[in-house]
Amino acid sequence: MNETLGITEALEVAIKEICEACGNDRTRMVDIVRAVQDRFGCVPSQAMDLIAREVGTHRVEVESVVSFYAFLSKTPKGKIVIRLCNGIIDKMHGCRRVANAFSAALGINFGQTTPDGAISLEYTPCIGMCDQAPAALVNDVVVTHLSSDSAWEITRNLKKHLDPRRLVHNLGGGNNAHELVQAMVANNIRKVGPVILAEMSPGEAIGKAVAMSPAEVIRYVKTARLRGRGGAGFPTGMKWEFTRAAPGEERYVLCNADEGEPGTFKDRVILTERPDLLFEGMAIAGYAIGSSKGVVYLRGEYAYLRRFLEHVLAEHRSKGLLGDNVCGKQGFNFDIRIQMGAGSYICGEETALISSCEGLRGDPKNRPPFPARKGYLGMPTTVNNVETFCCVARILEKGPGWFAQFGSKGSPGTKLLSVAGDCMSPGVYELPFGIQLREVLRLAGAADAIAVQVGGPSGQMVAPGEFHRTICYDDLATGGSIMVFGPDRHVLAVAAEFMDFFIEESCGYCTPCRVGNVLLKQRLEQIIQGKGEPADLDYLQQLGETVKTTSRCGLGQTSPNPILSTLKNFRPAYEALVTEQEEAFQPSFDVQAALSESREITGRRSVLFDA
Amino acid sequence: MSKTVTFMIDGVEIQGCPGQTIMEAADEAGIYIPRLCSRNGLAPYGACRVCTVIANGRPQAACTQPIMPGMVVENDTEEILRLRRDLIEMLFVEGNHFCMFCEKSGNCELQALAYRFGITAPKHPYLFPKRDLDASHPDILIDHDRCILCARCIRASRDLDGKNVFQFVGRGPHRKVAVNAEANLRDTDIDVTDEAVSVCPVGAILKKRVGYAVPIGRRDYDHKPIGSDIEARQAAGSE
Repeated sequence: MNETLGITEALEVAIKEICEACGNDRTRMVDIVRAVQDRFGCVPSQAMDLIAREVGTHRVEVESVVSFYAFLSKTPKGKIVIRLCNGIIDKMHGCRRVANAFSAALGINFGQTTPDGAISLEYTPCIGMCDQAPAALVNDVVVTHLSSDSAWEITRNLKKHLDPRRLVHNLGGGNNAHELVQAMVANNIRKVGPVILAEMSPGEAIGKAVAMSPAEVIRYVKTARLRGRGGAGFPTGMKWEFTRAAPGEERYVLCNADEGEPGTFKDRVILTERPDLLFEGMAIAGYAIGSSKGVVYLRGEYAYLRRFLEHVLAEHRSKGLLGDNVCGKQGFNFDIRIQMGAGSYICGEETALISSCEGLRGDPKNRPPFPARKGYLGMPTTVNNVETFCCVARILEKGPGWFAQFGSKGSPGTKLLSVAGDCMSPGVYELPFGIQLREVLRLAGAADAIAVQVGGPSGQMVAPGEFHRTICYDDLATGGSIMVFGPDRHVLAVAAEFMDFFIEESCGYCTPCRVGNVLLKQRLEQIIQGKGEPADLDYLQQLGETVKTTSRCGLGQTSPNPILSTLKNFRPAYEALVTEQEEAFQPSFDVQAALSESREITGRRSVLFDA
Repeated sequence: MSKTVTFMIDGVEIQGCPGQTIMEAADEAGIYIPRLCSRNGLAPYGACRVCTVIANGRPQAACTQPIMPGMVVENDTEEILRLRRDLIEMLFVEGNHFCMFCEKSGNCELQALAYRFGITAPKHPYLFPKRDLDASHPDILIDHDRCILCARCIRASRDLDGKNVFQFVGRGPHRKVAVNAEANLRDTDIDVTDEAVSVCPVGAILKKRVGYAVPIGRRDYDHKPIGSDIEARQAAGSE
């Protein structure tokens, strides 16, 4: 009794403190529940009531948020949570062996916690470490190049000291070795290009910007014909113009650092090595649209970079590159805060990202209104990709003409590509737009690729006959993910993996994405198991088109692509698996499976169906 | 407000008011666009996607998309009907809908839409989910088997009743309506007279002890298909 009372009181005190630190502001809900999760290993039912009371909302609203994000939990987790990445690239590099080793070493299955409450074991989708797979997060600490041996060793050490930071032995290069990062993550920069990864002189870009008028800055960006680097390719200057023109008491600059598209990790490298360029780019955006507040939405998986990024922000403030009167420009005040995500791919969709920043579940919003008119907190908002802001800074530093000399006509500049999978040199390549996929593969040492997924699961699977195609907005558009598959891989199995990913990461708001993807995956699985017939291919095509056409946001609209693009580019792989059935009627209902539960409950066999 | 926005639906010229959605303007003109999550008096939500139309060549939800001068909307085309049929079927196979003994039968908007679209059996396989039933409240029953996640109860409780009894929890296929309490509807401040109770388009939220009150033959959709009331406006207007 006393003990229960003690815990209740401790919880009450802690939650009061956490909510107060967030100004009892319900729009900071993600920060609040993250803090409670960190402190108590979960956000228990009682905590939800207390949080609701403190910030003046309803308990079910808190539960709605907690239940949405993968890193938050209503039920207790271990002090240490091992999240093993089970993305396709990790699976290709022995994720299963590592998983078995963790399971055996801890004596628990995935989804369970050790009986002493110390360690939980979970799977997580792509954590942005495909170039050093298999990888895992141990709380915030990244461990890479895992093997079954290292899984045993990690477990042994954790049992000894329960301190994830002590798992890191060999520090990665560059800022991964910075005292505030201390990560074993390697940058794997394979090709340094002139725009993003080249050396920079701090303050030059923003200095040039504030010497111009905001309209001139926008004209500069438009002249450079910069398009969004997230993949969709919307002209950045136009987006800023809309945002600047929209009425509002405040305007916001949001940076999408929720790099969640499986296979991409280039923002990780920018955040590690070029945060100065990013923050200057954001300040320039702030100046251009008339904003004083920026937010970096950092995916939960990159929490290990947070302290370092806060430090860089502090440096920028002390150098006058952020804060009041930026670069001595009277009246231009701009500052940036970091908003942590909590494990959700959909939050990389710009309106879902805004929802998350507002302390809500990461459901995308209805459009119109578009964020440029009514975004974060209902104010005009521009949401741009990490790499886009870096391009902006460089355009201001070196001029639009300099920028536009790289790349192709419709796609000026360079692009950071994250190449991983069956290749000799996985890593980050800064290459000019318009480069042939074949050339990218040559650079990465992927001579025997049988298929390449360009643009992540939401992109397309490209067959060898199409390797002459070019990386650019008008041909093979990509946010940066290039996954290479060698001769031993089965493209339909890869497509099935991707469908699982979308099912897991759908917010479930709209019917087609929530239901359609489950049905698509189910039928694909039947085909893979040799139970398909030719008519199933039409079924997949039609259903895929329904999902694509009727879904509410970009996730749903691209979620059937793994199937639609393989149906188009790898049709023989399907045709080899489906067979015309002799009997026209195909039982889709498995009576034996359906009976198994009732057999178990009644302890009897079926009179009709069991011999 | 005066009808100053002229646009087209399936080749017919329509006049609408500035700020109206495609659905609102179509309703007034007597053109029925099928819908499930949308309901008069509730904020547009855009979840079921059954009202998908092609506006200026792009698929849009008619319930959330504002009209624009000169906009060309396709509503009643073979392709769009196929999409809608697919969506209605998805909602059937996603839950466990037992029309033959559901109290809502004959008054159910999902069932009525299926009849209107001539769906006798879905082509998608049933998913047979395991879902809860909350019978804790003395006057109200929630059967999640029949829920189509339209958010009508959520919006009605928040915007009409001023209570926030409901909200979604979970994501993807695990998304479900939760109540503002530890577990049971009994522990919320909902009342049987709340709008949230009466807006459910299906039999997921039911008033207890009133099942089958209306005999077959006198239920909402026994004689005329869903949408007939809206289409009657056009007939009345053209006379």
